[in-house]
Amino acid sequence: MPRPEHGGPPELYYNERESTKYTNNSRVIDVQFRMSERAMELLSLPSGQPSLILDVGCGSGLSGEIISEMGHFWIGLDISKAMLDVAAWREVNGDLFLQDMGDGIGFRPGTFDGVISISAIQWLCNANKKHHRPAHRLYRFFCSLYIAMARGARAVFQLYPENSEQLELITTAAMKAGFTGGITVDYPNSTRAKKMFLCLFTGQTAAAQLPQGLDTTFSPIANVVQFTNERFEFSGSKNKLAAPAHARKKSRDWILHKKQRRRRQGFEIRADSKYTGRRRKHKF
Amino acid sequence: MRLLTHNMLTSHVKGAESGYPLILEAAEVILRNVDFNPEFIKRMLSKVNWDVLYQTAKAIGHLNDIPEQLQPNVENDEEFLRKAHHVLLEVEVKEGHLICPTSKKKFQISNGIPNMLLGEESSS
Repeated sequence: MPRPEHGGPPELYYNERESTKYTNNSRVIDVQFRMSERAMELLSLPSGQPSLILDVGCGSGLSGEIISEMGHFWIGLDISKAMLDVAAWREVNGDLFLQDMGDGIGFRPGTFDGVISISAIQWLCNANKKHHRPAHRLYRFFCSLYIAMARGARAVFQLYPENSEQLELITTAAMKAGFTGGITVDYPNSTRAKKMFLCLFTGQTAAAQLPQGLDTTFSPIANVVQFTNERFEFSGSKNKLAAPAHARKKSRDWILHKKQRRRRQGFEIRADSKYTGRRRKHKF
Repeated sequence: MRLLTHNMLTSHVKGAESGYPLILEAAEVILRNVDFNPEFIKRMLSKVNWDVLYQTAKAIGHLNDIPEQLQPNVENDEEFLRKAHHVLLEVEVKEGHLICPTSKKKFQISNGIPNMLLGEESSS
C-alpha cells in the first residue's frame, strides 16, 4: 500500500472523498475503533473519574466516540477541514479545532488528563511547505503538549513510522521536550496486525512503566537472545521452514507444506483431506 | 466551541507570551443539551479560571446567574453545579472570532470550529 504521507499535505489528502471513507467504509471504521480503544486502554486513566482528553488528529471524531462512551470529555484537533466538517455533521460531543499541530498547540498548563492520537504523528515527519522543518515542528508540538498536560498524565500516539530513522526523529523530539516513555508494539510478529504505540509520560512516577504489547510471546525481551534447548538441525536445507527436499513441486507433500505455511501466516485455508493434491480426471 | 474549552485556550502565536485569555467575539451562540455529570464539573472547577469564565459568559450574554466569585465549599451545591454545567458545556459559540490579546491575530470560528491555522510568518 502506498503511504498517504507521500501524496502531499494532510489537509489536501483528507479531502471530501477521503473523509467519506471514515463514515461509510465499515472496515476503516472498525480498525479506527479498535486502535482508539487500545490507545485509551494504554492511557490507563484512573477508573470512575471523568477526565479531559485531547485527541490529536481527531479526524471525523471516531475515536472521540470511544472517549465519550467512557464518560470523558474531549477536545479534538485536526488539520483537515473536510474531516472536521464530517465530525461536525455527525454532532460529536467534543470540541473541534482546525489546527496544525506542527505550529504547537495553545492550552493552559495542566489542562489534559490524557492525550491520544491515532495515525497522525507521522505526518509531521514530512515537509510539505518550504518553511517546514520536521524536527523543529515535532519539537514545537511536543513542547507545547508537555505544557498542556497534567503532571502524571500520559500521551499515547498510534503511529505508522516509515522507517527506523523516522521513529527516532519522533522519539528524540519527544525526549528533548521532557517526556519519558517509549514504544509499545502489539503483535510484533505479524505484518498485518502489528501496531506501534508511542507512550509518553510527563514526570517519572513509580506507576509509569511502559505497557506490554499484545502477543509478544516470541520476543518478550527484545535485546536479549533467547536460549533454547532445542537443537537446530541442518539437514540439507538451511531453512527449517522450507519445503522438504524430496517434495517435488505440485506434489501432495509440497501442497500440504504450502498450505501449512499460509496457515502460519494467518490466512484462512481449507482443511486437509484425502482429496488434497489429488489430480483431477481430465474431462474429455 | 464551548466555554470550558475557551477557558483552557491560550494563544499559540509565536512570541505571544501572555496569550491568555483569548478574546471571544460571538456572532451566533447555540444551546445544546449535555448530560449533567457532577463529578466532571467538580473536577473542572479546580482547573477553570473562574474570572475568565465569568467575564466571557457575561460578554456573550449567557451568564446564567453564576456568581462573580467562586465560593468555597460549592462542591455539594447541586444548584450551583448545574448552573456551572450549563455555562461550561451547554453554551456553544457557533460563529464568531477568537482574538489573540497580544498579537491581535484573529481566528475565525465557523460552524463551531475555530480555525487556528497560522500563516507562514508566525509559524516558523
